Amino acid sequence: MADFKAFLPDSSFALDVSVEDWKDAIKQAGDRLVASGFTTDAYTDQMIETVEKMGPYIVIAPGLALAHSRPSDAVLGTGLSWVRLKTPVNFGNKANDPVSLVIGLAGRDEQEHLQVMSAIAGSLTNKEKTAKLAEAQTSEAIRAILEG
Amino acid sequence: MDILCVCGNGIGTSVLLKVNVEQAAADLGMDVNVTTSDAGSAKGTANMNDLVLTSNELAPELEGTTTPVETVSNFMDLDEVKGILQKYAE
Repeated sequence: MADFKAFLPDSSFALDVSVEDWKDAIKQAGDRLVASGFTTDAYTDQMIETVEKMGPYIVIAPGLALAHSRPSDAVLGTGLSWVRLKTPVNFGNKANDPVSLVIGLAGRDEQEHLQVMSAIAGSLTNKEKTAKLAEAQTSEAIRAILEG
Repeated sequence: MDILCVCGNGIGTSVLLKVNVEQAAADLGMDVNVTTSDAGSAKGTANMNDLVLTSNELAPELEGTTTPVETVSNFMDLDEVKGILQKYAE
Protein backbone atom coordinates (compact mmCIF):
# COMPACT_ATOMS: atom_id res chain seq x y z
CA MET A 1 0.00 0.00 0.00
CA ALA A 2 1.27 3.39 -0.98
CA ASP A 3 1.96 5.87 1.77
CA PHE A 4 -0.66 8.47 0.95
CA LYS A 5 0.20 10.75 3.82
CA ALA A 6 3.67 11.17 2.31
CA PHE A 7 2.55 11.53 -1.32
CA LEU A 8 -0.58 13.53 -0.56
CA PRO A 9 -0.16 15.47 2.71
CA ASP A 10 -2.71 17.99 4.00
CA SER A 11 -0.74 20.85 2.42
CA SER A 12 -1.39 19.31 -1.02
CA PHE A 13 -5.14 19.90 -0.88
CA ALA A 14 -7.29 22.82 -1.98
CA LEU A 15 -10.97 21.95 -1.88
CA ASP A 16 -13.73 23.83 -3.70
CA VAL A 17 -11.59 26.75 -4.79
CA SER A 18 -12.64 29.30 -7.39
CA VAL A 19 -10.38 29.73 -10.41
CA GLU A 20 -10.50 32.05 -13.41
CA ASP A 21 -9.51 29.61 -16.14
CA TRP A 22 -7.50 26.44 -16.84
CA LYS A 23 -4.18 28.21 -16.33
CA ASP A 24 -5.30 29.41 -12.93
CA ALA A 25 -6.46 25.88 -12.12
CA ILE A 26 -3.03 24.44 -12.96
CA LYS A 27 -1.37 27.24 -11.00
CA GLN A 28 -3.39 26.26 -7.93
CA ALA A 29 -2.27 22.64 -8.36
CA GLY A 30 1.32 23.87 -8.74
CA ASP A 31 1.10 26.07 -5.66
CA ARG A 32 -0.03 23.07 -3.60
CA LEU A 33 2.92 21.00 -4.89
CA VAL A 34 5.23 23.85 -3.86
CA ALA A 35 3.54 24.11 -0.44
CA SER A 36 4.18 20.40 0.12
CA GLY A 37 7.83 20.74 -0.84
CA PHE A 38 7.56 18.57 -3.97
CA THR A 39 8.44 21.26 -6.51
CA THR A 40 9.65 24.80 -7.08
CA ASP A 41 7.58 27.51 -8.79
CA ALA A 42 9.35 26.74 -12.06
CA TYR A 43 7.52 23.41 -12.24
CA THR A 44 4.16 25.21 -12.16
CA ASP A 45 5.18 27.15 -15.27
CA GLN A 46 6.36 23.92 -16.91
CA MET A 47 2.98 22.27 -16.30
CA ILE A 48 1.24 25.19 -18.03
CA GLU A 49 3.76 25.07 -20.90
CA THR A 50 3.06 21.35 -21.37
CA VAL A 51 -0.57 22.14 -22.15
CA GLU A 52 0.32 25.14 -24.31
CA LYS A 53 2.73 23.02 -26.36
CA MET A 54 0.95 19.67 -26.54
CA GLY A 55 -2.69 20.54 -26.05
CA PRO A 56 -5.18 19.62 -23.33
CA TYR A 57 -4.35 15.89 -23.41
CA ILE A 58 -3.87 16.01 -19.62
CA VAL A 59 -7.67 15.98 -19.28
CA ILE A 60 -7.69 12.19 -19.19
CA ALA A 61 -11.24 11.50 -18.07
CA PRO A 62 -14.49 13.47 -17.84
CA GLY A 63 -13.89 16.28 -15.34
CA LEU A 64 -10.34 15.20 -14.47
CA ALA A 65 -7.05 16.87 -15.38
CA LEU A 66 -3.71 15.33 -14.45
CA ALA A 67 -1.42 18.35 -14.44
CA HIS A 68 2.24 17.44 -14.76
CA SER A 69 5.47 18.02 -16.60
CA ARG A 70 8.61 16.00 -17.08
CA PRO A 71 11.10 15.28 -14.32
CA SER A 72 13.52 18.20 -13.93
CA ASP A 73 15.50 20.20 -11.40
CA ALA A 74 12.19 21.83 -10.46
CA VAL A 75 11.04 18.51 -8.97
CA LEU A 76 12.29 18.11 -5.41
CA GLY A 77 10.35 14.97 -4.57
CA THR A 78 7.61 12.69 -5.82
CA GLY A 79 4.14 13.72 -4.80
CA LEU A 80 0.68 14.86 -5.74
CA SER A 81 -1.67 17.76 -5.18
CA TRP A 82 -5.46 17.65 -5.21
CA VAL A 83 -7.37 20.75 -6.30
CA ARG A 84 -11.14 20.49 -6.42
CA LEU A 85 -12.81 23.38 -8.25
CA LYS A 86 -15.89 25.15 -6.99
CA THR A 87 -17.00 25.83 -10.55
CA PRO A 88 -15.66 23.60 -13.34
CA VAL A 89 -13.56 25.22 -16.11
CA ASN A 90 -12.90 24.23 -19.71
CA PHE A 91 -9.44 23.12 -20.81
CA GLY A 92 -10.36 22.82 -24.48
CA ASN A 93 -10.67 19.04 -24.42
CA LYS A 94 -13.85 18.21 -26.33
CA ALA A 95 -14.34 14.74 -24.91
CA ASN A 96 -13.74 15.46 -21.25
CA ASP A 97 -14.46 19.15 -20.47
CA PRO A 98 -15.35 20.77 -18.10
CA VAL A 99 -12.78 19.96 -15.43
CA SER A 100 -13.74 19.87 -11.77
CA LEU A 101 -10.69 18.09 -10.32
CA VAL A 102 -7.04 18.88 -11.02
CA ILE A 103 -4.49 16.41 -9.72
CA GLY A 104 -0.98 17.85 -9.82
CA LEU A 105 1.81 15.32 -10.24
CA ALA A 106 5.50 15.73 -9.62
CA GLY A 107 7.53 12.65 -10.42
CA ARG A 108 11.23 12.02 -9.98
CA ASP A 109 10.96 8.85 -12.02
CA GLU A 110 8.32 6.41 -13.11
CA GLN A 111 9.00 3.71 -10.53
CA GLU A 112 8.76 6.05 -7.58
CA HIS A 113 5.20 7.12 -8.20
CA LEU A 114 3.87 3.99 -9.90
CA GLN A 115 2.51 2.65 -6.65
CA VAL A 116 0.57 5.77 -5.75
CA MET A 117 -0.64 6.15 -9.35
CA SER A 118 -1.90 2.58 -9.26
CA ALA A 119 -3.88 3.24 -6.12
CA ILE A 120 -5.32 6.45 -7.57
CA ALA A 121 -6.23 4.70 -10.83
CA GLY A 122 -8.00 2.04 -8.81
CA SER A 123 -10.16 4.68 -7.15
CA LEU A 124 -10.85 6.84 -10.20
CA THR A 125 -12.05 3.91 -12.30
CA ASN A 126 -14.56 3.14 -9.56
CA LYS A 127 -17.70 5.25 -10.06
CA GLU A 128 -18.83 4.90 -6.46
CA LYS A 129 -15.47 6.11 -5.15
CA THR A 130 -15.32 8.94 -7.68
CA ALA A 131 -18.68 10.19 -6.43
CA LYS A 132 -17.48 9.99 -2.82
CA LEU A 133 -14.29 11.87 -3.69
CA ALA A 134 -16.35 14.71 -5.16
CA GLU A 135 -18.31 15.02 -1.91
CA ALA A 136 -15.59 14.45 0.70
CA GLN A 137 -15.15 17.42 3.00
CA THR A 138 -11.59 16.95 4.29
CA SER A 139 -8.19 15.84 3.04
CA GLU A 140 -8.30 13.06 5.62
CA ALA A 141 -11.57 11.79 4.16
CA ILE A 142 -10.19 11.85 0.60
CA ARG A 143 -7.08 9.89 1.61
CA ALA A 144 -9.29 7.36 3.37
CA ILE A 145 -11.33 6.84 0.17
CA LEU A 146 -8.18 6.42 -1.91
CA GLU A 147 -6.69 3.97 0.56
CA GLY A 148 -9.90 2.03 1.06
CA MET B 1 1.04 -8.80 -26.91
CA ASP B 2 3.26 -5.80 -26.40
CA ILE B 3 1.46 -2.50 -25.84
CA LEU B 4 3.01 0.96 -25.71
CA CYS B 5 1.18 3.73 -23.83
CA VAL B 6 2.19 7.19 -24.99
CA CYS B 7 1.74 10.58 -23.34
CA GLY B 8 3.40 13.96 -23.59
CA ASN B 9 6.06 13.31 -21.00
CA GLY B 10 5.93 9.56 -20.50
CA ILE B 11 5.50 9.97 -16.77
CA GLY B 12 1.93 10.94 -15.94
CA THR B 13 -0.98 9.96 -18.10
CA SER B 14 0.80 7.08 -19.82
CA VAL B 15 1.61 5.53 -16.45
CA LEU B 16 -2.00 5.86 -15.37
CA LEU B 17 -3.10 4.33 -18.69
CA LYS B 18 -0.62 1.48 -18.24
CA VAL B 19 -2.16 0.65 -14.87
CA ASN B 20 -5.64 0.53 -16.39
CA VAL B 21 -4.56 -1.40 -19.50
CA GLU B 22 -3.00 -4.04 -17.26
CA GLN B 23 -6.21 -4.20 -15.23
CA ALA B 24 -8.39 -4.43 -18.35
CA ALA B 25 -6.15 -7.14 -19.83
CA ALA B 26 -6.27 -9.11 -16.59
CA ASP B 27 -10.08 -8.91 -16.61
CA LEU B 28 -10.09 -10.18 -20.20
CA GLY B 29 -7.55 -12.90 -19.48
CA MET B 30 -5.11 -11.42 -21.99
CA ASP B 31 -1.37 -11.70 -21.61
CA VAL B 32 0.11 -8.25 -22.19
CA ASN B 33 3.38 -6.49 -21.63
CA VAL B 34 2.80 -2.74 -21.23
CA THR B 35 5.48 -0.07 -21.46
CA THR B 36 5.25 3.73 -21.43
CA SER B 37 6.89 6.45 -23.46
CA ASP B 38 6.80 10.15 -24.22
CA ALA B 39 5.46 11.26 -27.57
CA GLY B 40 8.88 12.35 -28.80
CA SER B 41 10.57 8.97 -28.50
CA ALA B 42 7.44 6.90 -29.15
CA LYS B 43 7.95 6.88 -32.90
CA GLY B 44 11.18 4.99 -32.49
CA THR B 45 9.84 2.38 -30.09
CA ALA B 46 6.33 1.99 -31.53
CA ASN B 47 7.49 -0.55 -34.12
CA MET B 48 8.66 -2.91 -31.39
CA ASN B 49 5.09 -3.17 -30.12
CA ASP B 50 1.86 -4.74 -31.37
CA LEU B 51 -0.35 -1.82 -30.37
CA VAL B 52 0.05 1.82 -29.37
CA LEU B 53 -2.45 3.58 -27.10
CA THR B 54 -2.57 7.34 -26.67
CA SER B 55 -4.94 10.30 -26.38
CA ASN B 56 -6.75 12.03 -29.23
CA GLU B 57 -4.51 15.09 -28.90
CA LEU B 58 -1.26 13.15 -29.25
CA ALA B 59 -2.25 10.69 -31.97
CA PRO B 60 -1.05 13.01 -34.79
CA GLU B 61 2.48 12.84 -33.30
CA LEU B 62 2.52 9.13 -34.11
CA GLU B 63 1.49 9.39 -37.75
CA GLY B 64 3.57 7.25 -40.01
CA THR B 65 4.18 4.40 -37.60
CA THR B 66 3.33 0.93 -38.93
CA THR B 67 1.99 -0.27 -35.58
CA PRO B 68 -1.77 0.26 -35.07
CA VAL B 69 -2.48 3.39 -32.99
CA GLU B 70 -5.69 3.53 -30.97
CA THR B 71 -6.89 6.56 -29.05
CA VAL B 72 -8.50 6.52 -25.62
CA SER B 73 -10.73 9.44 -24.59
CA ASN B 74 -11.44 8.37 -21.03
CA PHE B 75 -8.31 6.84 -19.48
CA MET B 76 -10.30 5.94 -16.38
CA ASP B 77 -12.96 3.95 -18.24
CA LEU B 78 -11.95 0.29 -18.10
CA ASP B 79 -14.80 -0.60 -20.47
CA GLU B 80 -13.43 1.69 -23.16
CA VAL B 81 -9.94 0.21 -22.74
CA LYS B 82 -11.35 -3.32 -22.80
CA GLY B 83 -13.27 -2.54 -26.00
CA ILE B 84 -10.02 -1.58 -27.71
CA LEU B 85 -8.09 -4.58 -26.39
CA GLN B 86 -10.82 -6.98 -27.53
CA LYS B 87 -10.33 -5.84 -31.11
CA TYR B 88 -6.77 -7.12 -30.92
CA ALA B 89 -7.37 -10.23 -28.84
CA GLU B 90 -6.68 -13.35 -30.85
